[in-house]
Amino acid sequence: MPQKNNILPLIQATNVFHSYGNRQVLTDVSFAIYPNEVVTLIGPNGAGKSTLLKILLSLEKSNKGTIERKPNLTIGFMPQKVHLDSSLPLTVVRFLQLANHSNIFNNFYQKKQTNSTIEQTLIELGILSLKNRQLKSLSGGEFQRVLFARAIIKKPQLLILDEPVQGVDVQGQTELYHLINKVKDRLKCGVLMVSHDLHIVMKSTNKVLCLNQHLCCSGSPSSISVNLEFQKIFGTGFEEVAIYEHHHNPDQCDHTHGD
Amino acid sequence: MFNIILNPPTFLVMALIGGLLIAIIASPLGIFMVWQKQSYFGATLAHSALLGVSLSLLFDLNPTLAIIFVSISIGMILFFLEQKSLLSTDTLLGILAHSSLAFGLIILSFQPSVQVDLMNYLFGDILSINQLDIILLISLLVAVLIYFANYWNQLLNLTLNKELAKIDGINIKNVQLAYILLLALLISLAIKIVGILLITSLLIIPAAAAHKLAKSPEQMLIYSLVIAIISVTGGLLASVMQDTPTGPSIVVCATLIFLASLIKK
Repeated sequence: MPQKNNILPLIQATNVFHSYGNRQVLTDVSFAIYPNEVVTLIGPNGAGKSTLLKILLSLEKSNKGTIERKPNLTIGFMPQKVHLDSSLPLTVVRFLQLANHSNIFNNFYQKKQTNSTIEQTLIELGILSLKNRQLKSLSGGEFQRVLFARAIIKKPQLLILDEPVQGVDVQGQTELYHLINKVKDRLKCGVLMVSHDLHIVMKSTNKVLCLNQHLCCSGSPSSISVNLEFQKIFGTGFEEVAIYEHHHNPDQCDHTHGD
Repeated sequence: MFNIILNPPTFLVMALIGGLLIAIIASPLGIFMVWQKQSYFGATLAHSALLGVSLSLLFDLNPTLAIIFVSISIGMILFFLEQKSLLSTDTLLGILAHSSLAFGLIILSFQPSVQVDLMNYLFGDILSINQLDIILLISLLVAVLIYFANYWNQLLNLTLNKELAKIDGINIKNVQLAYILLLALLISLAIKIVGILLITSLLIIPAAAAHKLAKSPEQMLIYSLVIAIISVTGGLLASVMQDTPTGPSIVVCATLIFLASLIKK
């Protein structure tokens, strides 16, 4: 395993290939995520982002290539959208308790400890007031935070977030990014964030991977705060975001960058 | 008329015990059926029971055991076909439900004196509950209790979201398969009292009625349990006193409670 400052990666993909039938979805994808590092995976729709996530999460097996995980790696996952059946009555606190899915006897003993962890997490994310609300009564943004709470409740070493700011307004995005940063700094975990926004990424991103079936380019984003042009157009309130400039030949990567 | 309740004959006691056992077992299975939107799944297993009935007549087997055998087979076939995801689940269910029903009816048509039997299986017959059924129901109750004590939370997780459950290390295949097997067993055993056509409603209506009142999964279980017990007892009493068919009486009872639950805002 290649090392970075003698630290082992949390997870490492090496030469991953995947196809559905004849359609090649991933071609020779390699990268690694280290502790306390934020990696943002961007790419247009159909670029294979979801497939790559599924492979990293062992929900699917790649045709070729290897995924190496740090031994006993714990992963917290925030899915893009959870289909919730409204006929299942569930409060936020009970939903978070379910992250601990042991049998009812163990549950009885763990409950006290779990509940204090849940409360702390809800306070950290500023959603303690939602504690006893029914899941189905939550707004999209509130539910997003509850899903984030569930992902971090077991203090994972690696946090995988699938389009966490999708459908959230700019103000909400900034807040959510702020929370993600705060949690990352506390847990010292690695973060893999998926986004279909090709230009604007979370500011604290250490590495951007641009995927379009293969890894088109990668690099670190430049800060928006120095980009006065951007501020002029979009105003302020972007403390948590940064711009990513693509360094690849658009002819090779047939996705538009909106410019 | 009331004498029969004050001094109940053995068959009535057996029917009541059997009915209550079914109500208790059906509640946890039924609420998950509602949550997972699997009601047609139960109907498919019930339809296939007729194939079990006709096979038992053809080969002179114990009908209960033959129904159990066929239901479990159909349940397993469905489970594995679903994994392959060749066709959508509702298409698969439609094919299996009606092809097994058709096979069952054709096999039945070759045999004389089936008229009476058929009616009893379609609508339930309290007289037919025997000691073997009670023993099987008690065994099933124990199995269901053990299953839910261990997997209640896991089943809730996978009902909410299969991917999250899998990432959390839940063996979703095993948990779901065990659920399907328990469901197949319950349906096989409950057919005698509620009948093939109505067994799904005994699983679903108490759960649906409980849904309006419950604020947590556990509350929904308890409400559904109470409603199922009232429905089975009420239906049996009506059946004995007014000589109405058992299964429909139980279902009507449950439906009335469901309608009452709608009044609550």
